[in-house]
Amino acid sequence: MRGHLCRLSLGVCAALLALHVASAGEPSPYVVEDRRSGYTYLSEDNQQLQDDDFANPGLLWVERGRELWQQIEGTAGTSCAGCHGDAATSMRGVRTRYPRFDPQGGKLINLEQQINRCRAERMHAPSYPYESDALLSLITFVALQSRGLPIDVRIDGPAQPFFAAGKVLYEQRRGQLDLACSHCHERYAGQRLRGDVISQGQINGFPIYRHTWQTLGSTHRMFAWCNTSVRAAPYPPGSDAYVNLELFVAWRGRGLPVEAPAVRR
Amino acid sequence: MAEPRVRVPSTARQGEVIEIKTLLSHPMETGHRRDVYGKLIPRQIIHTFTCTYNGTEVFRADWYPAVAANPYLAFFTVATESGRLRFEWIDDEGTVYATEAEITVV
Repeated sequence: MRGHLCRLSLGVCAALLALHVASAGEPSPYVVEDRRSGYTYLSEDNQQLQDDDFANPGLLWVERGRELWQQIEGTAGTSCAGCHGDAATSMRGVRTRYPRFDPQGGKLINLEQQINRCRAERMHAPSYPYESDALLSLITFVALQSRGLPIDVRIDGPAQPFFAAGKVLYEQRRGQLDLACSHCHERYAGQRLRGDVISQGQINGFPIYRHTWQTLGSTHRMFAWCNTSVRAAPYPPGSDAYVNLELFVAWRGRGLPVEAPAVRR
Repeated sequence: MAEPRVRVPSTARQGEVIEIKTLLSHPMETGHRRDVYGKLIPRQIIHTFTCTYNGTEVFRADWYPAVAANPYLAFFTVATESGRLRFEWIDDEGTVYATEAEITVV
């Protein structure tokens, strides 16, 4: 896939042409009003890679996640499946609702943290480190069950102040380049940054298999990558700041379909 | 991490050209990268892939450091007889990843 990178700029042109044609024709599930998934910025090659459930490398993590779902761990002698049964029914729609407000902790909780809480409280098993292969595998497996469903996070009620905090973070200038998320992904989305087209920065496809990383990564890894790219110190993955931001960014892409595991550049 | 994934048609007509797809989870460390201390990370790639069809080698590939992580390979062969296809990937540490698939030729 390193070869893909060389063809990237050509691919982007092709994708733009394809987009132009597509926008005139039938409606795409990847576009909701003025919101467009990162899928629409991909080259045709990468779109095919994502659509093919065999070739999509993200499915390697799904398979591991399927095993972990059944695996009995911890002193309580149970597994994810012990409580939740068949993930295809019990986990359908879950990915669309996270992050959500958690009354127990009095703040937001995302899918990674929810899984680790289940492990701690129900399974009496140790938490998985953030971005570990095991945790990524499980969230990818859980997210896959919601494929195609529209993102639908709640931002009212108790979630409201955290949503507002996420919005502030999104619009706050940071780093040596003095850029906020909104500068690139709102004001200049669709325009070029060197050889690349800036996407809207939607997270409906996460966790993603990213060619730049040659591996799978979570939303927070992407946030940290973006922060580092504007030469700002990133927050730690799983920090409250990033979970708030995750809620705001999820809401920005409300209605877009869950694509996990998506393929991105 | 995960088992190698292969996709072989379960049935084929005799003489039919069939497409075989394979995917394996592997870091494919090039040997050119350095860690945070400036030390070279040793090369750790899959250098040989082979596919045997009822014991006869029908496809072989030598890979080099430019092959990406989690390598995907698709190739074609001719369905000659019913039997087993065996796939092997060998990496620099000598680990052999292997899997098999059945095909019925009618």
